[in-house]
Amino acid sequence: MKFDNDEIKKIAHLARININEKEAIKVSEKLEGILGLIDQMTQVNTDCIEPMAHALDITQPFREDKVTEGDIREKSLKLSKETDQSLFIVPRVIE
Amino acid sequence: MLNLSLKELSECLKEKKFSSVELTHFFLNRLDLHNESINAFITIDKDKSLAMAKRSDEMIKEGNQNYLTGIPIAQKDIFCAEGWKTSCGSKMLDNFIAPYDSTVINKFNAVGAVNLGKTNMDEFAMGSSNETSFYGNVKNPWDIKTVPGGSSGGSAAAVAGRLAPAATATDTGGSIRQPASLCGLTGLKPTYGLVSRYGMIAFASSLDQAGPMCHTAEDCAAMMNVMSGHDPKDSTSILREKENYLTSINDPIKGLKIGIPKEFFSDGLEPEIEKIIEQGINEYKKLGAEIVEISLPNNHLSIPVYYVIAPAEASSNLSRYDGVRYGYRTKEYDDLMEMYCKTREEGFGDEVKRRIMIGTYVLSAGYYDAYYLKAQKIRRLISEDFKKAFENCDVILGPSAPSVAFPIGDKKEDPLKMYMQDVYTISTNLAGLPGLSMPAGLMNKLPVGIQLIGNYFSEAKLLNIANIFQMNTGWHNLSPEEFK
Repeated sequence: MKFDNDEIKKIAHLARININEKEAIKVSEKLEGILGLIDQMTQVNTDCIEPMAHALDITQPFREDKVTEGDIREKSLKLSKETDQSLFIVPRVIE
Repeated sequence: MLNLSLKELSECLKEKKFSSVELTHFFLNRLDLHNESINAFITIDKDKSLAMAKRSDEMIKEGNQNYLTGIPIAQKDIFCAEGWKTSCGSKMLDNFIAPYDSTVINKFNAVGAVNLGKTNMDEFAMGSSNETSFYGNVKNPWDIKTVPGGSSGGSAAAVAGRLAPAATATDTGGSIRQPASLCGLTGLKPTYGLVSRYGMIAFASSLDQAGPMCHTAEDCAAMMNVMSGHDPKDSTSILREKENYLTSINDPIKGLKIGIPKEFFSDGLEPEIEKIIEQGINEYKKLGAEIVEISLPNNHLSIPVYYVIAPAEASSNLSRYDGVRYGYRTKEYDDLMEMYCKTREEGFGDEVKRRIMIGTYVLSAGYYDAYYLKAQKIRRLISEDFKKAFENCDVILGPSAPSVAFPIGDKKEDPLKMYMQDVYTISTNLAGLPGLSMPAGLMNKLPVGIQLIGNYFSEAKLLNIANIFQMNTGWHNLSPEEFK
């Protein structure tokens, strides 16, 4: 598997990570190596095998729709770089 | 105080030989003396630790003493602890003061254990040498030119250097067992779902599991008695009755059937390590165990499968770090997209970015079936191998890691070499099984670990089997010279 610069940049964009030209070359080499390792999987016949998403057969438990830890607005907002009253502030997205 | 087990510390506290405040002072002084040289802790807060110790002393005075009351425990910096910086080894969370307690921390607080500080780790638990931490690499107390293993390298170094009596750790692909092996400790990765993941910063949610790192199996059992248990706040937490892991710790192991997977003794394992593992097997024979050969034919696929599943889950889990609600935010940006992309470029280290990108790629349109689905199918095959193996044995024994502690920088630039460190541990995470590493010898004066893998929920048995070994050998009592 070979990545060209455009592909690496596309993956980086999907992952929301900035990447410059120089890094893109470095990263593509490393990713190619890792994908080479992953490609060992192709040798295995997996027809009719049920995919395993989880180690144990678990089902999602239900609980009552009740507030358990309320009043955490102040605590939560304090952690953000920029807030205004009860809101997190980000650059304008709607003109 | 330096060399006492958790049980002995507990007895001394009960008999008022020393108080929790004195004990905590003692270990805080050890940190002053040694932390700079091994970099095991990211955050130390003496006032907070001593305030907790004072409260513990009151609990003891009131006759309200549990096994771990008053004992300082080092906490991996992956567990949210209210009021403590919880960085997960990342610049992204360098400014993050946890607003709540993880369930693990909550449980230690409830029994009156003292939080001695937050230990260093590979960034977001991604690494096997503790070299990816934003806070610098941790050094192995056995030889400070070598790595302690990872990702729980800080916890391992702290306990090995006797800077803490015991520590918590987490294991996604070997992050408890490999550092335990490289630092001469006993570490247990429990069955998936036995210890709550609530407030434990997520890496790969279907694999992550917390466990203890201590000198002995008995200490690990005492830690498990606190850490384990169902938690409604974690939807993957197992609903089953809480066990007492100390009850059967001394049971005889005569007639125990130990399975030796031939695949664990092939190329890549240092011959001297193989010899040490064989000595361990002979020790078990002497103790009355029966040895049978078993096969885990798909074990070699566990690394490729892991490097699809873990990065895939990580790319999703780590999407929460966007600079909006908490954590690092880049300084200059013109729009929201630029804010996200620059924040993540600057806030994450190279290994984390690599894994996010691999995860993004394998989940992207057109590749899902070839990678993620394929990996999930082979995960089933790996898991079935264990099922078959346990039809013929009670426990599986092999090496924990293919090498002893290696020089700092040795594998840093070659991810593939680094990933091989977990070749014997990853399959257990994929299957969700419990695994334990314990010291079994020295190679070039560096510790070698034996790994025991058990069936689901066989932690008590694993701890028992390890404890019997430790009652008859002395490897777990060794300490690095400069930290005695």
